Amino acid sequence: METVLAVLIGIYFAASIYLMLSRHIIRLLLGAALLSNAVNLLIFTAGRLVHEVPPVVPYGLYAPEAITANPLPQALVLTAIVIAFSIFAFLLVLAMRAYQVLGTDDTDHMRIAEPIETPRPPQGY
Amino acid sequence: MAGPSDVDVDLSVAYVDATVPAADYLVALPVIAPLIMGAFLLMLRRQPHIQPMVAGITLAAVFLGNIVLALRVAESGPVFMAMGRWLPPFGISFNGDALGVFMALTSSLVALVCVVYSARSIDGDGRRYGFYPFLLLLTAGVSGAFLTADIFNLYVWFEVLLISSFGLIVLGNSHEQLDGAVKYAFLNLIATTLFLIGVGYTYGLFGTLNMADLTLRIAESPDAPTGTLMMIFVFAFAMKAAAFPLNFWLPASYHTPNIVTSAIFAALLTKVGIYALLRLGGMLFPAAFGTFQDVLLWVAILTSLLGAAGALASSDIRKMLGFLVLSGIGAMFVGIAVASPDGVHGAVLYAVHSILVMAALYLAAGVIGRMTGSFDLRSVGGLYRASPFFAAMFLILVFAISGLPPFSGFWPKVLLVRAAMTAGEAWLTAAYLLSSFIAMIAIGRVWLFAFWRNGQQDGSEVAIQPLSLADQRAFLTPIAVLVVVIVGIGIIADPAVYMAGIAAAGLFDPSAYITAISPVAP
Repeated sequence: METVLAVLIGIYFAASIYLMLSRHIIRLLLGAALLSNAVNLLIFTAGRLVHEVPPVVPYGLYAPEAITANPLPQALVLTAIVIAFSIFAFLLVLAMRAYQVLGTDDTDHMRIAEPIETPRPPQGY
Repeated sequence: MAGPSDVDVDLSVAYVDATVPAADYLVALPVIAPLIMGAFLLMLRRQPHIQPMVAGITLAAVFLGNIVLALRVAESGPVFMAMGRWLPPFGISFNGDALGVFMALTSSLVALVCVVYSARSIDGDGRRYGFYPFLLLLTAGVSGAFLTADIFNLYVWFEVLLISSFGLIVLGNSHEQLDGAVKYAFLNLIATTLFLIGVGYTYGLFGTLNMADLTLRIAESPDAPTGTLMMIFVFAFAMKAAAFPLNFWLPASYHTPNIVTSAIFAALLTKVGIYALLRLGGMLFPAAFGTFQDVLLWVAILTSLLGAAGALASSDIRKMLGFLVLSGIGAMFVGIAVASPDGVHGAVLYAVHSILVMAALYLAAGVIGRMTGSFDLRSVGGLYRASPFFAAMFLILVFAISGLPPFSGFWPKVLLVRAAMTAGEAWLTAAYLLSSFIAMIAIGRVWLFAFWRNGQQDGSEVAIQPLSLADQRAFLTPIAVLVVVIVGIGIIADPAVYMAGIAAAGLFDPSAYITAISPVAP
C-alpha cells in the first residue's frame, strides 16, 4: 500500500512541477494545488497506513498491542490542509484580480512592476 | 484529560503539575497579545481612528515584555513554556533562547516604530481594509517563528506571517501591487510548501517535532539521510531569505506596496528565513549543514554582488533599497557559509543591524517621496535646504548601511570579515568588501542627489512640499528613534555584541536550550 502511494505521490509532484513551470497563472494555480496535495499525501503515508486498528493503548499497558497508524501525522495533515486551502483561496482571488486588471495571465507580460525599459540613474552630478 | 486515577501512570513525565510562574508567560506574550488584539481590531474596523492607537499600545507592551525577557535570557539562559502544560515532546512548547529573543526584541521595536509612522500615512481605506489587524498578525507570526521550539509550529507561524503579508502587499489594490503580489505570493507559497515537505520527512525519520529533542536524536543517528533533508531546508529558507538564485521575487515586489509595508517586509520577512536557516542548519543539523558550505559560499558571494550591482543600476529609490536588502542577505550568508562561531556571531549581529537600518531607510524613502513627490533619482533634490535635520539622519543611515564606524553596521562587518579571513576564504572576503563598497556608492548617491543637489537632474526646480508640524512628528520621530538605536549600538556596542555572541554560542552548544526543557529529558 505504501509503495503504491509513494508512486502516486511521485506522479503528483511531477505533475505539479510540470504545471508550475508554465508561464500561465492558471496552470501555476493548479500546480500549487497539486503540490500541497502531494505534500499532504506524503506526510499521511509517512505515518503508516493501517486499516481499522484504533491507535488506543489498552488498559494497563504502555503501548498499543498491534501496529497502528500514527495519529500525529494525520493531525499535521489536517492543519496543513486548512492552511493550504485558505492560501489557495487567496491565490485564486489574486489571480482573478490580476487577470482583470493586468489583462493577461501570461507572467511574461506582467511587467508593470518591473518595466522592460527602466530609466537609468543619473550618470553624473 | 487526566485518565482514571486507578491506572498506575506517572503523569508527571508528560504533564506540568505545578502552576506556571507568571513570568514564564512573557515568552508567549509576543505572540498572544498581537493575535488577540489583531482579532479585536478586526471587530473595530468601523472605527478607523482608534486603530493605530490600539495597535501601538499592543506593540509597545510587546516591546517592553521583550526587553524584560531579553534581560532574563541574558542573565539566566533560555525561558521555556509548555503550551497546555503538555511537556515536550508531547506538546508544543515555546523556548526563547538568546537568538530568538534578540530577533523578537528587534522586530517588535521596528513594528512599533512602523505603527507610529503609519498613523499619518495609512489613510481611511487602508485602515478599513485591515492594515492594523494584518500588521499585528504579521508581528505575531514573526515572534512565534522566533520563539517556538516545535518545528511544525515553526511552519504554522511561517504561514501566519505569509498570509498576513499577502493581505498587506495587496492593500491599496494598484496595478503595480497586483503584479508584484502574484510573484511574491507564488514563490513564497512554494518555499513554505518545501519547508513542510522537510518537516514531514523529519518527523518520519526521527519521530519527534520538538527542536531540543530533535537535536539530541539527530546527533545520536549519524547514518540518517540528513543531507537530503538539509537540502530541502536550505532551498526553502534560501528562497524565503531571497538568496541568489532564488531572489527574484524580492526586487519584483518590495517596491510596490505602501512604504510602511515595504519597511516592515524588508526589515522582518527575509530575516525569518535567515533565522530558520541558523536554527535548523546551525543547531539541528550541524553535520549535514557542513556539507553545504561550498554551495553557501557561492550563494553568499553572488547574492551580495548581485544585490550591490542591482542597487547601483536602479533609479527608483525603493527598488534600490530592495537590492540593498539582497546585499545584506549576502552578508549574512557570508557568516552562515563560514559557519564558525565568529561567522554566526557576525551573521546574527548583521541580521539585527539590518532589521533596524532597512526599516529606517524605507521609512526615510517614504519621507523623500512625500516631500519631493517622486522616488526617482533624476527628479528628487533640494532636501538638505528643506530639512537639515532629516538630511543628517539620512546621512547616518547611509554610513550605517555601508558599515562605517561608529554606527551599527561596523561591528557585524568586522566580525564577518575576521571570520571569513580566519577561515581562509579570501575570495569570499573580497566579494563581501567589494559588494559593501558598491552598496555604499549606491546609497551615497541617494544622499548626493536627493539632499545635496538643489534641483532635478535637468536643472529644473523641485517643488518641495514642506512637512507640517504634525507630519514631522509622525514621520521623523520613528526614523529618529531608529537612528538613535543605530548610533547607540555603534558607540556602546557591548550589549548587542554580547547578546549576539551568546545567541551564536547557543547554536553551537545547544545544551542550555535542551536543559531548559529538561523536566522530560528522556
